[in-house]
Amino acid sequence: MANLEHLISESLSDFNACADMPALENAKAKYLGKTGALTEALKGLGKLSNEERPAAGAVINVVKQAVEAALNARREAILNAEQAKQLAAESLDVTLPARAQSTGGLHPVTLTLQRIEQLFHSIGFDVATGPEIETDFYNFTALNIPENHPARAMHDTFYVDENNVLRTHTSPVQIHYMENALKQNQSPPLKIIAPGRVYRVDSDATHSPMFHQVEGLWVDEDISFANLKGVVQDFLQKFFERDDLTVRFRPSFFPFTEPSAEMDMSWNGGWLEIGGCGMVHPEVFKHVNIDSEKYRGFAFGLGVERLAMLRYGVNDLRHFFNNDLRFLSQFK
Amino acid sequence: MQFSENWLRQFVNPAISSEDLSHALTMAGLEVEEMIPVAPAFEHIVIGEIVEAVKHPDADRLQVCKVNIGKENGVNKILQIVCGASNARVGLKAPCALVGAELPGISIKAAKVRGVESFGMMCSAKELGLAAEATGLLELPNDAQAGLDIREYLDLNDHLFTLKLTPNRADCLSILGIARDVAAITGAPVKLPAFDVVKIESTKTQAVSVHAKEACPAYYGRVIESVNAQAKTPDWMVRSLERSGIRSISAIVDITNYVLLEFGQPMHAFDLAQLNGEVNVRFASKNEQIKLLNDTQVKLTSDDLVIADNSGAIAFAGVMGGEPTSVTDATTAIFLESAFFTPDAIAGKARRLGLSTDSSYRFERGVDFGNTKLALERATALILNICGGQAGEITEIVNQLPERASVKLRYSRLCSVLGISIPKQTVGTLLTQLGFEFTENDDIFVVKSPTYRFDIAREEDLIEEIARLHGYDKIPAIKPTASLNMLDAPEALLNNAWLHDTLQAQGYQEIITYSFVDESWERDLLGNANPIKLKNPIASQMSVMRSGLWGGLLDTLTYNLNRKQERAMLFEVGSSYHQTPQGFTEQARVAGLFYGAFQPEQWGVAAKEVDFYDVKATVDSLTHGKAEYRAEAHNALHPGQSARVYLNGNAIGWLGKLHPKWQQHYSLAKNTFLFELEASPLLQKSIAHYAEVPKTLATRRDLAVIVDADLPVQHLFDAIIKANIPLVTQVQLFDIYQGKGIPENKKSLALSVLMQDTHKTLVDIEAEAAMAKLLQLLENQFAASLRN
Repeated sequence: MANLEHLISESLSDFNACADMPALENAKAKYLGKTGALTEALKGLGKLSNEERPAAGAVINVVKQAVEAALNARREAILNAEQAKQLAAESLDVTLPARAQSTGGLHPVTLTLQRIEQLFHSIGFDVATGPEIETDFYNFTALNIPENHPARAMHDTFYVDENNVLRTHTSPVQIHYMENALKQNQSPPLKIIAPGRVYRVDSDATHSPMFHQVEGLWVDEDISFANLKGVVQDFLQKFFERDDLTVRFRPSFFPFTEPSAEMDMSWNGGWLEIGGCGMVHPEVFKHVNIDSEKYRGFAFGLGVERLAMLRYGVNDLRHFFNNDLRFLSQFK
Repeated sequence: MQFSENWLRQFVNPAISSEDLSHALTMAGLEVEEMIPVAPAFEHIVIGEIVEAVKHPDADRLQVCKVNIGKENGVNKILQIVCGASNARVGLKAPCALVGAELPGISIKAAKVRGVESFGMMCSAKELGLAAEATGLLELPNDAQAGLDIREYLDLNDHLFTLKLTPNRADCLSILGIARDVAAITGAPVKLPAFDVVKIESTKTQAVSVHAKEACPAYYGRVIESVNAQAKTPDWMVRSLERSGIRSISAIVDITNYVLLEFGQPMHAFDLAQLNGEVNVRFASKNEQIKLLNDTQVKLTSDDLVIADNSGAIAFAGVMGGEPTSVTDATTAIFLESAFFTPDAIAGKARRLGLSTDSSYRFERGVDFGNTKLALERATALILNICGGQAGEITEIVNQLPERASVKLRYSRLCSVLGISIPKQTVGTLLTQLGFEFTENDDIFVVKSPTYRFDIAREEDLIEEIARLHGYDKIPAIKPTASLNMLDAPEALLNNAWLHDTLQAQGYQEIITYSFVDESWERDLLGNANPIKLKNPIASQMSVMRSGLWGGLLDTLTYNLNRKQERAMLFEVGSSYHQTPQGFTEQARVAGLFYGAFQPEQWGVAAKEVDFYDVKATVDSLTHGKAEYRAEAHNALHPGQSARVYLNGNAIGWLGKLHPKWQQHYSLAKNTFLFELEASPLLQKSIAHYAEVPKTLATRRDLAVIVDADLPVQHLFDAIIKANIPLVTQVQLFDIYQGKGIPENKKSLALSVLMQDTHKTLVDIEAEAAMAKLLQLLENQFAASLRN
């Protein structure tokens, strides 16, 4: 049996000289192919005697394993190098801008409304809606503002015809909601907020002929004026994410609530008016057949644009309805 | 209600600062809208009398004056002051700022004016900050005493208060009324102005009858003879009126206005010589007319209350006097009226005429019927004092005055409504402070309100009064306790936030536009010839209610293009308004606009204008992929790129390209696509229901067919779905080709077909059979041919 040890070093140098996989496969044939040196050596084993064969076989195997190991090592090295080359070729400037559709956004009034709904929803308020072209009855009479009542003059109403107006507040939704609740045999507690557009004949730097209000109503057996203050204060603290906010009530007058109050919120050392509120007036309950001896309720109305202005630092009401994209895109 | 603090303090003078008074009023529900000082905070300004005036040696327009500024140690002190005012003359008395005085923008120092020494400045009203403009020195009356501090002389240490009164607090439309509330809040006593009831020195009376007894429960009137109608109104009265925003007119009118402000009682003085027979309070007769003091001729209706004589109506009761019987300079005798007209009789009358007078404003809210006569006496005393004359006996007709009902206040209810406990004794004290009479038994207060309160009719009115006086700021903020009930959460019903989120995620920016729009948008763009009109629009471009949302979107687009935006993706969620035979209806809608490039300009992407199918993808997502599109025409849309959108067979909106004529109208350089859908059908979602997941893999085959070029592809898909070919689970279009190799007026559609059996893998022969059925269907229904 010829000495095979030299094949190990020869194959190693042959393999290392190969730059790619086809070359390596060629080099492999020289040792492990059909006529390769090691294959031939294995074939030669048959000519040996039974006594010689195991030792010679063992020698061949050792050499074969070493050659195969060298082959595998080189194969992995070539593959690694090829992959590295490919990766290098594929590398990008990751700092280039992404390709995309433009980013959309919501109007700040919607963001504010969604926030308000979310907060009140968390304590069980449902959202109710009502028509914006409202009858005189729902906008005024059912809210205890009869014809010729001086409070009507406070409202600067848009008229559609003799009997229909653009609602001047979201309060009529209270009436619709309570009427429907009763029709469906649903009794208090009733807890709703009613967000929506309202209209007043007024247009200057601080008034828009159309704006948004959120009406809140809670009718229950034992709800109080102090609870009203509690709920409003809780809301404002959560809305503005400031625990130090307090609410101040000032006596006021709304025909549909009594006692009535203007709500002020502490803000930068002063007080800001943010809406009106009060205990639901018995005349209102009478219009919807709710027993005002058994049930009481509180109602409040918040100015949405006002809250949005304070929340986002907007200094001019007119921005909200100009729809300048340079303004709107700030709220993405 | 505007008034001078000093006037109020004559009635009630609590020991608190102006600021504290203002705060106390606001917190008691009499909101102080504004409190401003009458004059800026200057000092060292006295009355100066010019005793000598000679021309300045070196200046044509200047005079060197010697000014007497009053006695110092018994001797008149004379200052030399150079003055440029044209009315500076010997004998004139005017404000004189001494050295050291600080005026708005001027510090007074001893100085040389063109070489002549000057030790002060003679002032105009403008320089004192009392008027916006002035033509010369502020001329003071001859009897003004030189040396007096001008602040004292002109009563300048005063504030103007403006109250924003709520309609229920008519009792505070007078100094007396506000004083009563201040007294109730602060505990300081009310002092009524002291005056003597005049002696009757004239035998003359005026006959009066009241026919409208319910509308006019009390009428007082008296003749005053030999008055000097040209008498000068005293300065203090002119000042009080002015500080309440009322211009001085003539002494008699000024006095009635003064008493109106003092007591809240509107009054009217008639020229006695112009009256014709008996004065009668009655409702107007049909077609009766009156010429009012403001020179307008008014046609009365039969529910208008009038004061009349034999010649007809001479005053619109509670609203305004008539011109022919009004007091003039020539008047020598008057008939002075003080009456109580009920709110119901006066409400709405002035508004009908587009008026609001001090009188109607008070009567329609409620005037104190306990003071009607006192006010007449007060005015008489002032008239005699200022205009002279002799007063006659009062003619007095009093019928049934309003009764103040007894109102029950349950102590327990008070506490539970407010959510606090107020000591019972405090409740009694507060009621007394408010001038209410009451008895208390078994925790029930029975309360009677005074004649000046028109707003106390039920328990809640009293609860509010107690809360108000107790202090709203003392009511704690208490979170309610309530049972915890989960709210309904219908899974198949999406809310508006889903619309917002879906569109925002696709790159659309939300806008909010006015619900009232330009009539031409409705008429021309949306083809709505008869939109809902507002009776009193704020501007012509906001005069009708929108029946669709595209006008606002296009307007917003133009607004932003004018501000250098190059593309826009906009949407709005809002109502449209419609007139139906049943009345007005509103529909929640969502509408969008896409203008310009499909994507923002960026590297590595070929620029592509937005097209129909880009926007259709948005509509598909809003309709959960279930919409059906039919080519139909819309006024605003390109006739070849317009689709009506159907969901479950109902037309719910439109999608399409803005018609080129509108594109031109709005000067839009690029294509604009619009969609608008009813919101509520979009918010209906089906709840997922499990179907077995196939255990085997689907088989795909492709098929290219040639069909007529104008065949709507949807028809083909509808037919495939309807045929429900066994094993075929999905057919999709992956290419459309027209051109070389395809006959003219034909198109080639490349379809991918997925086939699936739930339980076993298909063998070729099964797949081929299904494909053959599909092809046959297309051949039969659409004359399709297989493309080779």
